[in-house]
Amino acid sequence: MDDGGAPVPSGWFGMTRKQRRLTMIGGALVVLAIAVALVLNALRDSIVFFSTPTMVSEKQIPPGKRFRLGGLVEPGSLHKGAHLAVTFTVSDGSAALPVAYTGILPDLFREGQGVVAEGALDASGTFKADTVLAKHDETYMPKDVADALKKQGHWKDDYGAGNKVDANATPAAAPRSIQ
Amino acid sequence: MIAEGGHYALVLALALALIQSTAPLIGARLRDPMLMNLARSTALAQLGFVAMSFAALVTLHVTSDFSVANVYENSHSMKPLIYKITGVWGNHEGSMLLWVGILALFGGLVALFGNNLPLTLRADALAVQGWVSTAFYLFILFTSNPFVRLANAPIEGRDLNPILQDVGLAVHPPLLYLGYVGFSISFSFAIAALIEGRIDAAWARWVRPWTLMAWTFLTLGIAMGSYWAYYELGWGGWWFWDPVENASLMPWLAGTALLHSAVVMEKRNALKVWTVLLAILTFSLSLLGTFLVRSGVLTSVHAFATDPTRGVFILLILCVFIGGSLALYAWRASSLKQGGLFAPISREGALVLNNLLLTTACATVLVGTLYPLGLEVLTGERISVGAPFFNLTFAPLFVPLLLAMPFGTLLAWKRGDLLGAAQRLLMAALVALVSVAVLWAWTRGGSTFAPLAIGLAVFVMLGALTDLAERCMVFRAPLMVSWRRARGLPRSSWGTTFAHLGVGVALIGIVCESTWNTELITTLKPGGAVMVAGYELTLDGIEQRQGPNYAEMLTHFTVREGSRVIGVMAPSKRSFSTRAMSTTEAALLSRGFSQLYVSLGDSAADGGIAARIYHKPMVLLIWFGPVLMAFGGLLSLSDRRLRVGAPRPAKTARALQAAE
Repeated sequence: MDDGGAPVPSGWFGMTRKQRRLTMIGGALVVLAIAVALVLNALRDSIVFFSTPTMVSEKQIPPGKRFRLGGLVEPGSLHKGAHLAVTFTVSDGSAALPVAYTGILPDLFREGQGVVAEGALDASGTFKADTVLAKHDETYMPKDVADALKKQGHWKDDYGAGNKVDANATPAAAPRSIQ
Repeated sequence: MIAEGGHYALVLALALALIQSTAPLIGARLRDPMLMNLARSTALAQLGFVAMSFAALVTLHVTSDFSVANVYENSHSMKPLIYKITGVWGNHEGSMLLWVGILALFGGLVALFGNNLPLTLRADALAVQGWVSTAFYLFILFTSNPFVRLANAPIEGRDLNPILQDVGLAVHPPLLYLGYVGFSISFSFAIAALIEGRIDAAWARWVRPWTLMAWTFLTLGIAMGSYWAYYELGWGGWWFWDPVENASLMPWLAGTALLHSAVVMEKRNALKVWTVLLAILTFSLSLLGTFLVRSGVLTSVHAFATDPTRGVFILLILCVFIGGSLALYAWRASSLKQGGLFAPISREGALVLNNLLLTTACATVLVGTLYPLGLEVLTGERISVGAPFFNLTFAPLFVPLLLAMPFGTLLAWKRGDLLGAAQRLLMAALVALVSVAVLWAWTRGGSTFAPLAIGLAVFVMLGALTDLAERCMVFRAPLMVSWRRARGLPRSSWGTTFAHLGVGVALIGIVCESTWNTELITTLKPGGAVMVAGYELTLDGIEQRQGPNYAEMLTHFTVREGSRVIGVMAPSKRSFSTRAMSTTEAALLSRGFSQLYVSLGDSAADGGIAARIYHKPMVLLIWFGPVLMAFGGLLSLSDRRLRVGAPRPAKTARALQAAE
């Protein structure tokens, strides 16, 4: 309110109201440009793609590249070794991929059920997972897995029956899902 | 009869909301006080009917009436009473009822305590509030009716998702909704200002306490949710950049910006058009969050696809309200009288920078949350955007914000003296640099980032205290004078200090936890012991026991430091038979602000049990910081009561108590 639109002789660097406004807008654009650069840079480097075993063989994902693997845990494939090392096979009906993981499996990890694992292939073609996410209740299936199974034609309607609970494929999100 | 009564009350509330959204608006145009006053009575009556409807649902849950689908699907007769009550909002339908209930509560509070408002402004604002209510009543009645009966009443219910059977559910959603939905008041006032084409400092004075109240609750709600995720999920994590979390963080960031721009508007009568836009955006982000969480679009696309009514309905609400309000803004904003410009080196200049950085940070969160959804819709490619993305975008934007924060509070209104502010911050900066050096030497070879970040936090905290010391003339006047000045300071100054201190405190917690966290995953047999971060944990034994609606495997750990026993920990694993689910109950042991954390995995064939053991240094500061921020918010709110000339400030303070 202090200048009322008229040119100001004094004040900061003798700028007019218009010049001041342009400076402000310029400053805002600089911040926005930095933010856009940050976002584009981060999107290039830090996002993780999702694949099913079939897509893995089709796309020929190189060893060491991180991705999320989704599918069903093949019944009878789970083996627990020493020092919390586990191996199991993830399948989408057409293809299967061996997975190795060290650590504690989620509460709801079960053979024959949906799973999403994050990690990378090693040189021998085994998927080394560092994170394993399982579904959160009896009828829920991670969205990636459900879509992939549908595409492969292995979807059974009862997989999704009664899915009223807000479950989430990420272990992190469960309590928040009641928001 | 109770279910039918609850349903009926909800229909009546809808009818009242319809009257509330039209009659006062017409009244305000015709200058008819009777029609305008209809806003007040309908808002209060609406609150009464929603409360009845909500009470009905609570009664159904408490009495385990399994003939009601919602109770059958989410309750169990053996469930402890507290979870029967909290289970009311632990599901989609009930949580939406809580949502509209809180919306009606805020409408009722404006009606009750808004006697001093210009009659037309109150009528218009409550009418807008009525539009939002109407939309959500329709949503509940058409797509998510919690009072639907089952043809054949089952004998037993399906129980509540065990992860939700926790006190966190009692506190987190109500707090979060008080925050989320509380921003509807700022939104309604912004739209009312646009309709009237008039806005002034009195408007800001009215909107600011409501915004502050919503912000305080949202801060507590987010912190509470984070702590809940931390102890309940057994992963030791407290923030996952999950879309559901981002949905609550975005309105918080925009709301924080709104809080600061409203100050400029109140004190300097500037930034009017921007403040109105922020008020619209903040509530729009609340609506977006509701859409993301409630439509099921995030958790399972197939649930969305097989039953798209809900998602499409909320999407419709979202488009109408966001599109409509932005269109109204584009059309009417020019009619609001422009405020003045000001020098960039001034308090208001600093607050503009604050707004710029906060909204930009909010925009990066928005991109990170919506990009995977957009990409999937457009190309079918599925990606996940997680912590690395946000660390690379959100964090760099917060650094300048935190650096500028102490300067901002020390600059005067109109024309500030940057050099003078820098001189007064010299001490804070020196101490911060010394702490960086000490930490760097102490953790030699470790992270270089952590000492710098902690130095920044120290600077922020000391900066907040410097501002306070300057105001009280500590060290420059006799002690008694400083004391008198401190007592005479407006509470909002104390509020600012506490809130800014809280930011620094939380940052220290975040940096310490993520840098010096110790994690050990191992298999233990009874009698076995492990060392974690200087503590020795011994597994004393494993015990099976029966809870009300679960079976539990309970373990006992003794924790020693050297040879001295400092505590026992009892993590457990619970199996809930009704849903065939198990949950991990982590055990926590606090040492100062640090915590030991034990959660259990599977039991092995040889009688051992897998355990995750963490030592999390300074972890409690992560939540203590937000508590300080919220305390600062409450202090500022209580200040309004003492303020001479503010419109009925005492009522505002009481409104807060009523909302608690």
